Amino acid sequence: MRRYFSRKLLIYLVTFFLAVTVDWLIPRLMPGDPIQNMLSRAALNANAAEKLYTYYTHAFRLDLPVWRQYLNFWNALLHGDLGISTYLFPTPVSEIIGDAVPYDLFLLLPSILLSWWAGNKFGAYAARTKRLDNTLLPIGYLLTATPYMWLGILLAWVFGIVLGWFPIAGAYSYTMSPHLSWTFVGSVLHHWFLPFASLFLVGFGGWAIGMRNMIIYELEADYSHYLEALGAPRRLIRKYAFRNAILPQLSGLALQLGVVVAGALVTEVVFSYPGIGYLILAAIQNQDYFLVQGCFLFIIIGVLAANFLIDVAYVIVDPRTRRGMVGE
Amino acid sequence: MWSRSKGVLSAIVVALLVVGIMAFGQVYERTETIYVSGAAWGPASTWNPFQPGSLANTTGTLGFVYETLFNYDPLTNEMIPWLAESGEWITDISYELTLRAGLAWSDGTPLTAEDVAYTMNLGVEYDAMWFAPMFDYVTSVISIGDRIVRFDFTDAPLYQEFDNNLYNIPIVPKHLWEGRTEEEITIGANENPIGSGAYLYDSHESDRNIWIRNENWWAIDALDLYPAPKRIVDIRFSSNNVALGSVIKGEVDLSNNFLPGVAGLSDQGIITTYFEGAPYMLSANTAVLFLNTTIAPMDDAAFRRALAYAINVDDIVNVAYAQLVAAASPTGLLPSLSDYVDDDLVADIGWSYDPAMAAQILADNGYVDVDGDGYVEAPDGSAISLEVTCPSGWTDWMAAIAVISDSCKAAGINVENVTPDYGAWNTQMQTGTFNMTLNNWAAMSNTPWTLYNLLFRHPIQTQMQSGNFGRYDNEALFDLVDALAAIKTTDIAAMQDACSAIQEVLLSEVPMIPLWYNGMWAQYSEAVWTNWPVDGDNTPSRLPTTWSGYWQLGGLMMLCELELVD
Repeated sequence: MRRYFSRKLLIYLVTFFLAVTVDWLIPRLMPGDPIQNMLSRAALNANAAEKLYTYYTHAFRLDLPVWRQYLNFWNALLHGDLGISTYLFPTPVSEIIGDAVPYDLFLLLPSILLSWWAGNKFGAYAARTKRLDNTLLPIGYLLTATPYMWLGILLAWVFGIVLGWFPIAGAYSYTMSPHLSWTFVGSVLHHWFLPFASLFLVGFGGWAIGMRNMIIYELEADYSHYLEALGAPRRLIRKYAFRNAILPQLSGLALQLGVVVAGALVTEVVFSYPGIGYLILAAIQNQDYFLVQGCFLFIIIGVLAANFLIDVAYVIVDPRTRRGMVGE
Repeated sequence: MWSRSKGVLSAIVVALLVVGIMAFGQVYERTETIYVSGAAWGPASTWNPFQPGSLANTTGTLGFVYETLFNYDPLTNEMIPWLAESGEWITDISYELTLRAGLAWSDGTPLTAEDVAYTMNLGVEYDAMWFAPMFDYVTSVISIGDRIVRFDFTDAPLYQEFDNNLYNIPIVPKHLWEGRTEEEITIGANENPIGSGAYLYDSHESDRNIWIRNENWWAIDALDLYPAPKRIVDIRFSSNNVALGSVIKGEVDLSNNFLPGVAGLSDQGIITTYFEGAPYMLSANTAVLFLNTTIAPMDDAAFRRALAYAINVDDIVNVAYAQLVAAASPTGLLPSLSDYVDDDLVADIGWSYDPAMAAQILADNGYVDVDGDGYVEAPDGSAISLEVTCPSGWTDWMAAIAVISDSCKAAGINVENVTPDYGAWNTQMQTGTFNMTLNNWAAMSNTPWTLYNLLFRHPIQTQMQSGNFGRYDNEALFDLVDALAAIKTTDIAAMQDACSAIQEVLLSEVPMIPLWYNGMWAQYSEAVWTNWPVDGDNTPSRLPTTWSGYWQLGGLMMLCELELVD
């Protein structure tokens, strides 16, 4: 087992190094110049513009040879310094991410986990209930196939404007300053519900369909038929089928959790909910090397960490993995 | 297991009790608060008044917290003494400014001439100050006593720019700034800013900024001004449809977002706009089609002129904008500067949409369709294939360049519309690697020089960061623009003459094509606040805007004139 994990760890380290290198490189291959974008809005006169351009290019160390920039980048990174954003100058990148990501976690973690749990339960149940399979599952298909943007706007319109049950924008009421009170907590939940529900519905449909198909597939597998021939109770067969069917769903869950720090761009736009997704888009559009790098760094770490957790989880939930390690 | 979950349960109960006890937090009174949106496009990042390009996200920094010596009203074209009581040229090269009595910073310290001199001299000390180039013609700024500031000049002052600076340079408190390092002063974030203005910084979150009235503001006594809302909540919406929904619901009082389709809502009385009919909005700046004159065939004035006739501006106004904008004068000057438009010249050599005329000019100058593909070729027989660009996602401009492309094609000129990312678009513009592109970077101004300084920025450099993107090179014209810059703003007749000379070149050579006036997008809800700026007699005529850099152009006066709905 130790060998299994040390090998995995090595692979993760190499992947991390390569991914972070690509993360550093890609923004720099984009057409455009971050300093120019930063200065252009100020409508300076020619002398001032040229002076400031040199000034900032030096301040951001973008006047150094590319290899020096690359080394500086790693050096800063290992010291925990992600640099300063040019798009939101002069805010440090770590501060921007730290301010924005909690909103995403608050929105995405519950919606991903709950939709995974409910979707799998429902999918497994639907697979063996003909009536449910014929009625509710098509709704699941409809939900996953709906363009998310459209679903979001529809929810905001019906529940926010027509019925007026929920607010249409913000993370909490614009009439409040954050404080500890029932009113405030209520406002946060009230504002959270619609974006959460939209993410939950779409996720739910996807997981339910996946699980339902997987269960049907497993029930048709040879081992199920064999168990059936042996006269095993249906309950037992289903239990085995479920344990097999859950494995790909777990990998899917890990991938979704891994990119949680990337935020939910469309949700943020439709419900005007704060978060990192919108900022990543703006950072890319403005050639903000440092903010793009910083965001993707966390995405890389997130994906790798999630994969690692899944490796561990597989050892626990799939005896075949354990057996394989002993066999080595 | 049981005992652990019991522990968790009791912890939750205790936490909820604490929450319950602390339930006295702040909920804003609706009748004391105004909700606005449309200025910010990202989270607040800086309150440094010397970073004008980055202040959109904290729009009150200029105008609320930090004030200027003068204000300017574009609707009446008047400079309004603000921190200054008066200012006059004592000689041609010496300007003396008298501050008002009783000015004070919000921390109680008096605001004196020393603060003004200190602020101005930052431009001498630090190249990174945007107004540093002013000291090419200003030799010294000194304070005389508490209320007099004297500016001395070289023998060639740029009067137009100087006047412009008088209402754009924010005055900062010397006692809080003089201990700061160069970096803190030029690029520091300046959190918790202390200024002299009508509102104080209260707090900010990633999607809102909150400002609170300064009850000790000097102008409450001195000018009898009192802003009606006690609190301003400036909201950043990440999409326009949310902004629209919020105004309709009356949750946002003033939205300065561009909302297509507002014309219909205004007609139905659901929202209020400055004008009752088209164009509904005041004009804020001129959208100009820059032509890259270093590239054939746009190096040919005849071809450029044909383009000017070929573009269907009416379609841009009526289709792309659904009547929310007005077509621009070929001189590019905003209606507020119409005194400087030479009407005879415009009638004589100006242009308007006329495809027949475009075809005529093309044919007369040897642009004919040789290979029969429906598009003209250059006189030397080479094919013409051009691109017109604007940043991706700027939906109104994307619709406009589609109209430009269509009408050029209809006139036989092969122009495709392309939308690169903002950053790529910006770089193409500044490095001169575009064909044609839209730009509107001249803010509303007291002088036509601001626009002509954008259009004819010189000298031509490898990077043109803030003007003349098409690299139109004409020394004689540059001299005319410099001549305009050196005329006193009080000498209207001389300014008109200088503008006529510039317009003669602009209209005959067509270095770029002014197309339409972008609007000062503003829609108001009258659910809570009323007496908004609208066109007409005996109504408030102010710029109804929260955009950064516009508070001293009338936005603050709008707040002082608002009234609560009964």
